Amino acid sequence: MTRFLLRRVLFGVLVLWLISVATFVLFFVAPHDPARAIAGRLATPETVALVRHRLGLDEPVLVQYWHFLTGLVHGDLGYSFYSSASVDSLLVSRLPVTISLTLGAAVIWVVSGVLIGVLSASRPRSPVDRSATVFVLTGLSMPTFLLGLLLIYFFFFRAHLNGFDWFPAGGYVPFTQSPYGWFQHLLLPWITLALVSAAVYSRLTRGSLLETLGEDYIRTARSKGLSERRVLFRHGLRSALTPVVTQFGIDVGTLLGGAIVTETVFGLPGLGQLAVQSVTNQDLPVIIGIVLMAAAFIVLANIVVDLAYAVLDPRVRLA
Amino acid sequence: MTLTDLQEVARDPDVPAAIEGRSTLALVWSRLRSDRVAMASAFVILAIIAVAVAAPLIAHAAGWGPTDQDRVAGVTPQGLPVGPSARHWLGTDNLGRDILVRTVYGARISLIVGVAATAIATFFGMVAGLVSGYYGGAVDTLLARFMDVVLSFPFLLFAIALVSIVGPSLKISVIVIAFFSWAGIGRVIRGQTLSLREKEFVEAARSLGASDLRIMVVDVLPNLVAPLLVLGTLLVPTAIVFEATLSFLGLGVVPPTASWGNMISDALPFYSVAWWFVAVPGAALLTITLAFNLLGDGVRDALDPGAERVFASRRRRRAHQDTT
Repeated sequence: MTRFLLRRVLFGVLVLWLISVATFVLFFVAPHDPARAIAGRLATPETVALVRHRLGLDEPVLVQYWHFLTGLVHGDLGYSFYSSASVDSLLVSRLPVTISLTLGAAVIWVVSGVLIGVLSASRPRSPVDRSATVFVLTGLSMPTFLLGLLLIYFFFFRAHLNGFDWFPAGGYVPFTQSPYGWFQHLLLPWITLALVSAAVYSRLTRGSLLETLGEDYIRTARSKGLSERRVLFRHGLRSALTPVVTQFGIDVGTLLGGAIVTETVFGLPGLGQLAVQSVTNQDLPVIIGIVLMAAAFIVLANIVVDLAYAVLDPRVRLA
Repeated sequence: MTLTDLQEVARDPDVPAAIEGRSTLALVWSRLRSDRVAMASAFVILAIIAVAVAAPLIAHAAGWGPTDQDRVAGVTPQGLPVGPSARHWLGTDNLGRDILVRTVYGARISLIVGVAATAIATFFGMVAGLVSGYYGGAVDTLLARFMDVVLSFPFLLFAIALVSIVGPSLKISVIVIAFFSWAGIGRVIRGQTLSLREKEFVEAARSLGASDLRIMVVDVLPNLVAPLLVLGTLLVPTAIVFEATLSFLGLGVVPPTASWGNMISDALPFYSVAWWFVAVPGAALLTITLAFNLLGDGVRDALDPGAERVFASRRRRRAHQDTT
């Protein structure tokens, strides 16, 4: 167990290091000079050189990378080229928005996805199953930004025209400031983010549960005279959930790095929006910070998923 | 008398001619043909391809090119897009360009990116998975870990970072999408190859002195056609949505070239008053992804040996309906 964890954490660190190198290299081979961009179009060569020196961009690439790496080990990601704020503080200020968005959506998609999956697996090829399939395929085919725009169109523009002031079109209110405002601002983004995933989860649950229900131990449980509900939820679903847990870990990990599209469409000041802004501004330290943090979430999620296997399925031994 | 003659003589008139040996492909095709949803999706896809190919003809018929601005009646006096009319069948955008013609040209982009990215990703995923699964050992560890790394990349984030540096273009979109898609395919193919290489026919080929390359291509690869076909078909809609998303974020196809993603992005400030501006490219996007997903689903069912019961019951039911 400890060895397993140790190995996974070491591999995770390796992945993160590779990603930091890749991002760093990417920006240095780029035909782009951030110092020139920051100094402005009319700056004299001296000013540009000064800016370059201040940002440390006049040092050799390897030295710059070394500075970055030593900072990273101390939990310091450097300073934004653009706003001079520390990258740490920028990330920390954006994180609550992204966490609110991701976790709220995750609750919706897991509950609805697994429920739909169980319903359709318990009665395969029934009308319920068939309508679930239609839902799944529509959800899978729906681009997130399109769904977001549709929701804004109907629940904001249309609703407003008809005098219903249900939802704002975008923006964010912290939970600590007004729990209701928080909920109101996030409900449409949650639905946007959740619908596509709910489709994936209901399909995963259905497939995996159908397979599990064909196992011998399910027949044993039934012949013992257990109620169908007990068989379905206690015996079937528990081991059928393994692929769902995998997917869940990966999805939450990915989204915590910023739900770029949803945040852009709804104007939520989360990590995804920060990423798009930093990319537009060529703000290298912030971009590296976000990419690393996002990758760290994914790596962490993968480790948690493997641990969760052992809890869910007694047959799994970590080695 | 030969055996065939004997069989001929012994034939019961009520039993169908003979049990024909059908190739897997023929079997799959016949199953797919009995799947009405899959066939309808294939038809829709073919229709969209036809429209994309005939885009210049449609532009000619409509009377507007994809980047032509109607300077006479393209926008309202307030500068807003004009709704569907005889002059512009599906309305105009904020610059007075014809939505129908632009959407039709946008289909070209979606199809090119979808198919090209899928082809590249499937090829590299196949090669990587095959090599990794077949050789095992250090090669496998290296390749499989590399795939893990690619899969742990926050890909949309990295894609927008990359595109912002190199500058957006059609080519970059295809490369980015392919780069983040091959590893998923590679992982599946690796798993399949791992179990295939232990099979007797591989051992037989090896004992006959076949080279590794020959075994991989001649013996293992044909058994991977089914998963590759399914993965490939299902990757196309993903790639199309990916391209639309990049273009929506302003990092894909460069305006004025029309792509469904950048059309929808252009529509953002206007679509509350001009629904057609989002609805037309949006519906096109949804239709094409839905059609590919439905077709991919059908192909998966048709290739799955376990699904034969479904197809048999479907055939029986249909036969029953025909007789009653």
